[in-house]
Amino acid sequence: MDVLNAIIVLANFVIVPATAYGAQLALGALGVTLIYGILRFSNFAHGDTMAFGAMVTILMTWALQGAGITLGLLPTALLALPVGIIVTALLLIGTDRLVYRFYRQQKAKPVIYVIASLGVMFVMNGLVRFIIGVDDQRFADGERFIVSARTFREMTGLDEALAIRTTQGITLVVALIAVVALFWFLNRTRTGKSMRAFSDNEDLALLSGINPEKVVIVTWIIVAALATTAGVLYGLDKSFKPFTYFQLLLPVFASAIVGGLGNPVGAIAGGFLIAFSEISVTYAFRRAANHLLPEAWEPDGLVQLLSTDYKFAVSFTILLIVLIFKPTGLFRGKSV
Amino acid sequence: MSGSPYGDDRGNKDATITKTDGIGTMTPAEGLDNSTSPAPGQPFLIGEAMTGGYGKGADILHQCTIAVEKGQIAVIVGPNGAGKSTAMKAVFGMLTLREGRVVLDGADISHLTPQARVAKGMGFVPQNANIFTSMTVEENLEMGAFIRTDDYSDTMAQVYDLFPILKDKRLQPAGELSGGQRQQVAVGRALMTQPKLLMLDEPTAGVSPIVMDELFDRVIEVARSGISILMVEQNARQALAIADKGYVLVQGRNAYTDTGQALLADPEVRRSFLGG
Repeated sequence: MDVLNAIIVLANFVIVPATAYGAQLALGALGVTLIYGILRFSNFAHGDTMAFGAMVTILMTWALQGAGITLGLLPTALLALPVGIIVTALLLIGTDRLVYRFYRQQKAKPVIYVIASLGVMFVMNGLVRFIIGVDDQRFADGERFIVSARTFREMTGLDEALAIRTTQGITLVVALIAVVALFWFLNRTRTGKSMRAFSDNEDLALLSGINPEKVVIVTWIIVAALATTAGVLYGLDKSFKPFTYFQLLLPVFASAIVGGLGNPVGAIAGGFLIAFSEISVTYAFRRAANHLLPEAWEPDGLVQLLSTDYKFAVSFTILLIVLIFKPTGLFRGKSV
Repeated sequence: MSGSPYGDDRGNKDATITKTDGIGTMTPAEGLDNSTSPAPGQPFLIGEAMTGGYGKGADILHQCTIAVEKGQIAVIVGPNGAGKSTAMKAVFGMLTLREGRVVLDGADISHLTPQARVAKGMGFVPQNANIFTSMTVEENLEMGAFIRTDDYSDTMAQVYDLFPILKDKRLQPAGELSGGQRQQVAVGRALMTQPKLLMLDEPTAGVSPIVMDELFDRVIEVARSGISILMVEQNARQALAIADKGYVLVQGRNAYTDTGQALLADPEVRRSFLGG
C-alpha cells in the first residue's frame, strides 16, 4: 500500500491534464455562451473559429521564430497571440457583415442563425485546411517543463513522478486572466452592462439608446479573443490539427450546456466537469490501483472504463443526463 | 411576422440552440432618416387622427386623436379591446400609421422609430418586460441613462427620492422585486433619460390597491415637475380622478373626450364604462 505514490500517479495523469483541458474547454464554452446569451443562437462555427485563431497565431509564431524573436522560457506563441486575436476578430466581424447582419435586418428567427452558422463552419473549416493544411502542427517552444519528472523524483525521492508542463501552467494562468477580465468587463463597464442589458431585453435596450450593432461587434471581438486564446492554449498543450478542433465543438458545447447556456459561471464549471469526466473515465487506473491494493489483489487488466477512442461519448452522456434531469443546466441558464 | 420566410422557425422549440426570451421586435433608429419637420401651433404632444394597425393587419385605430399639454396628465380608458394600448403605441411609433400624424413639442415625428422618439424626449414604460430582470436596480437605472453623455447622478438621486424603496434595494436584481417595486424600477428607468413626456402602459396592472394609490401619487409628483404624462389604465375611476384630460376609446375611436372630472361626472360615461 502506497497512498502517496498513488496520489502522485493520479495527479500526473488525471488531475493536472484535466485541469489544463478544463481551462481550455471553459474558455471555448465562454465564447459559445456569450454568443448564445447576446446574439441568441448556438454558434456551430465556434470550433473552427478556434482553429482559425490558432492557425493565424501559429503562422505569426513561425514568422517571429524565423526573425529570431522568441520569448525565452515562454512559448513564442504568447507573443503572436494578440495578432491572432485581431485577425480572428476581423474575420468574425466580416462574417457578421456578410452573413448574420442580413438575418438581423430580416428579424430572422434564431434557428435560422444556427443553420447559417453551420454553413460558416464549413467555410472556415475549408479556409483553415486550405491555408495551413490538414496535418499536425507543433509550435510550442521555450522551456518544456515547470517541474520535470526527473527533478520531481530527485526532490521527493518517490517512485512516481509528477511532471507539470509549461503549457499546462500557462493555460491556467492565461485562462484565469481571461476569465477575470471578462467578468470585470461584463459587470463593471458601461459597454459590458449594455451587452447584458441587450441579452436580457433587446427592445428595452433599444429604447434605452443602446446601439445593437455596437453590442454585436463588441461581442464578436470578445468571442474572437476567447476562441483564439482557447485554440492556442489547446494547440500548445497538445498539437494543432484542424480536424481535432472541429471535434472540440462537442465537448465545448457540452460544457456550455451542462453549466447552463448563457451563464458564464456555468460555462467555466461545465468545462472542468466535462474535462475531468472525460479524462478520468478514459484513464487506465492500473498503476494507481497497484499502489493502493495488496499484491494479491493487483488487477490484471488496465482498469480503464472506456477506451480513449470513445472520449466524445463521455461528453454526450453527461450532456444527455443533464438535459434529462436539469434542462437549464447545473447553474440556472439565464441571460448573461 | 407571417409571410416572411425568415420569421418561420419551423417549430423549433430547442432552447439549447436558440434563446428566444427578450428577443427584439423593434427596428433600430441607426442609419435611418431621423429628421423632423416643424409643426407649430399644436398641443405639446398630439397623435392626430391616427388610423392604423399592426404590420399589414386590419386597422385597429380609426381617426383617433390623443393630446397632452405640458406638465399635464392625460389618461386613456375604455373597455377591453378598445385599442387603448394600441393608441399609445401609435403615439410611440410602434405601429404603422396609415393616416394622421404625431407632433411632439412643435415637431412632426410621425416617421421616426421608437428609439429616435426616445432621443426626442419621449419616455415609454411598456406593460410587460419593462425592466432588465437579470440586472440590479442601479444597473437598470444606469441603462436608462445610456443615451446621456452628461453626469446623470443627480437624476438618479431624484429617482431614489421619488422611490425610496429602490435605494434600499439598489444592489438587488430587479427580477427579484415585487410587482409594485418592479413598476417603480420601470418608471425610474424611463425617467433617467429626463424625458419631456412619460408614457405609461397600464402601470398598475397586477399590483395591489394600496400600491396602486402609491403609484398614482408618484405619477402626480412626476407631472408636477413639468413632465407630461400619457397613461393607459384599466382602473378607470382612479385614473380619471388624477387626470387633467381623459380619453374614452371604443373600438379604436374617440368616444368621449373631456377633463378627468367631467368624464367622472358624465352619467353616460359612468353607466357605460365605470359601472354606474
